[in-house]
Amino acid sequence: MLKIEGLKVNYGGIEAVKGISLEVPENEIVTLIGANGAGKSTTLRTVSGLIKPTEGKVIFNGEEITGRSPYEIVSKGITMVPEGRKVFPDLTVLENLKIGAYLRKDNIKPDLEWVYDLFPKLKERSWQAAGTMSGGEQQMLAVGRALMSKPKLMMMDEPSLGLAPLIVKDIFDIIKEIVRQGVTILLIEQNANMALQTANLAYVLEVGNITMTGTGRELLDNEDVRRAYLG
Amino acid sequence: MDVINSTKKISTKNLTIIALLVAFFILLIILEQVIAPTDRMNMLLVSLRQGSIFALLAVSMNLLNGFTGLFSLGHAGFMLIGATTYALFSIPLAQRTDVFLWFSDSYLIRTSFPEVLGNAIGGPGMIMGMLIAITLAGLITAVFAFLVGLPVLRMRSDYLAIATLGFAEIIRALIMWQGLGTLTNAGNPLRNFTRHVDLNITIGGQTFGLITFTLALLSAICIFVIILIVSSSYGRAFKAIREDDIAAEAMGINLFKHKQLSFCISSFFVGIGGALLAIFMGTVAPIQFRAAMTYEFLLIVVLGGIGSVSGSVIGAMLFVFASMWWLRGLDSGAFLGLERITIGGFNIGERVFVSGFRLVVFSVIIMCVVLFFRRGLLGDKELPYYVKKLKDTIVTRITRKEKAGVSDG
Repeated sequence: MLKIEGLKVNYGGIEAVKGISLEVPENEIVTLIGANGAGKSTTLRTVSGLIKPTEGKVIFNGEEITGRSPYEIVSKGITMVPEGRKVFPDLTVLENLKIGAYLRKDNIKPDLEWVYDLFPKLKERSWQAAGTMSGGEQQMLAVGRALMSKPKLMMMDEPSLGLAPLIVKDIFDIIKEIVRQGVTILLIEQNANMALQTANLAYVLEVGNITMTGTGRELLDNEDVRRAYLG
Repeated sequence: MDVINSTKKISTKNLTIIALLVAFFILLIILEQVIAPTDRMNMLLVSLRQGSIFALLAVSMNLLNGFTGLFSLGHAGFMLIGATTYALFSIPLAQRTDVFLWFSDSYLIRTSFPEVLGNAIGGPGMIMGMLIAITLAGLITAVFAFLVGLPVLRMRSDYLAIATLGFAEIIRALIMWQGLGTLTNAGNPLRNFTRHVDLNITIGGQTFGLITFTLALLSAICIFVIILIVSSSYGRAFKAIREDDIAAEAMGINLFKHKQLSFCISSFFVGIGGALLAIFMGTVAPIQFRAAMTYEFLLIVVLGGIGSVSGSVIGAMLFVFASMWWLRGLDSGAFLGLERITIGGFNIGERVFVSGFRLVVFSVIIMCVVLFFRRGLLGDKELPYYVKKLKDTIVTRITRKEKAGVSDG
């Protein structure tokens, strides 16, 4: 579904991503793990059009989308759940969800129902300002907001960041449920254990290069991965 | 909450607001007939006129600074464009040689909408002409805003503020430039254009004043449109940009397009506000539209609450009423009878209440407001929110009392 070929991204003079290639098959969970500064977030931000790459191609469903603007990419069906949730704090939950569907012209009501079914808490709190909710609820809102654009591919940047283990488990259960309903997921995680258990396919990113590939299970059993990321 | 239930609640709330507004405007018409221009209470009408124009100008600044989070200080410049445009298109032809003293044979604009339509249709035509000139003032201001926005809106926060401030001064300098004199009269005041005094209706020898009513109604309509925009999906996108522009961009909102849109809409209404201000003042002197004028509106917006439409309206009214009417005595030697106090040959009325003291008191009041209401009088909430909150507190207090009464018995 999504194909990245030889992607290079520079920040000023620093090469953050040094020519990586990866593939995200349809309706699977693909995870990108790696330490801080490995270039995971940069990769996601490049795919979503927030940063322009210096070299390489991003191909989505056979169409090249390299360097397109973010709103074009969202309307093609790729949405990002940004790192640190980034909900709109002074807007209500409902307003946040509606912003997620901003580019859509069709009826958003069925999707609103769908998101409320996935996260019943959001329905209870639909009139509350998003900034007053707990971290876990905000993460749920961020996921719900992204789903409102009816994405084919949802990219998640560290959804477990700063959340209690129990809530992290909830979030991953919901990710699996979303995939079952036909959305493809590209996931970045520091929490390698959880991510590898959930993922069908995993890539390990080290200082801008992909060093290992395999199914989630394979990498979970790999001695090097265990030493470097699972402690 | 039940969806059907909530919509019903909103509509009754809206009905109350509409009823209150209608009552307010009827009261305005009545007041204007009752109060004679020589009456001391005439200050009430004058303040209401200026207050409603200031309210529109403050709300349109709030649309940009409060709702979209673009800190722009170009207000005075855009107001000047609006005021000038209105004046240029409504000075009667016979008056033009008088007004364009130095360019009496070469002035460029030779159309006066109120005059042309007034001659063609009569009274209603003149009003239509005024409305056309006012709308044109808004449109031309919006076009200028679009051009200024192209370079300026690529900047953020403080840099944006400085750049817009600069552009406002450039606009003023351009309008005052000798080279453009045939078009703009080069900084010499524009006057004699169609004004609100022309709006009074005379029936059977009796004159009915409609000045305050008309100005307030025009401002109210514009403010209503701004409220509609703020609560539409565009308004939501503006607020999203204010809260977190990266997240907004990731949601597919085209940042530059929406910033430009907000800038142009805001400037359109600033232009209309400028035109109304021209109507109110009677002359347009470009020298008055300095940065200090922008700060007055910034003050009103901060005072009322950044991101609150009703806050800006209340802030504007308080600002105008206090500076024009209530505190006027501080400058002219008579305030609440305090001027009679004399301490050891030091008469307060003569020595303290002199020209300029009003501003001192005004500054102190503003300092107090800012100290005690950090987020402005209304914060980022609207007035109905506080009415509901007040009602809720009263209701809980009554039920608590009833409960206490039951347990006592």
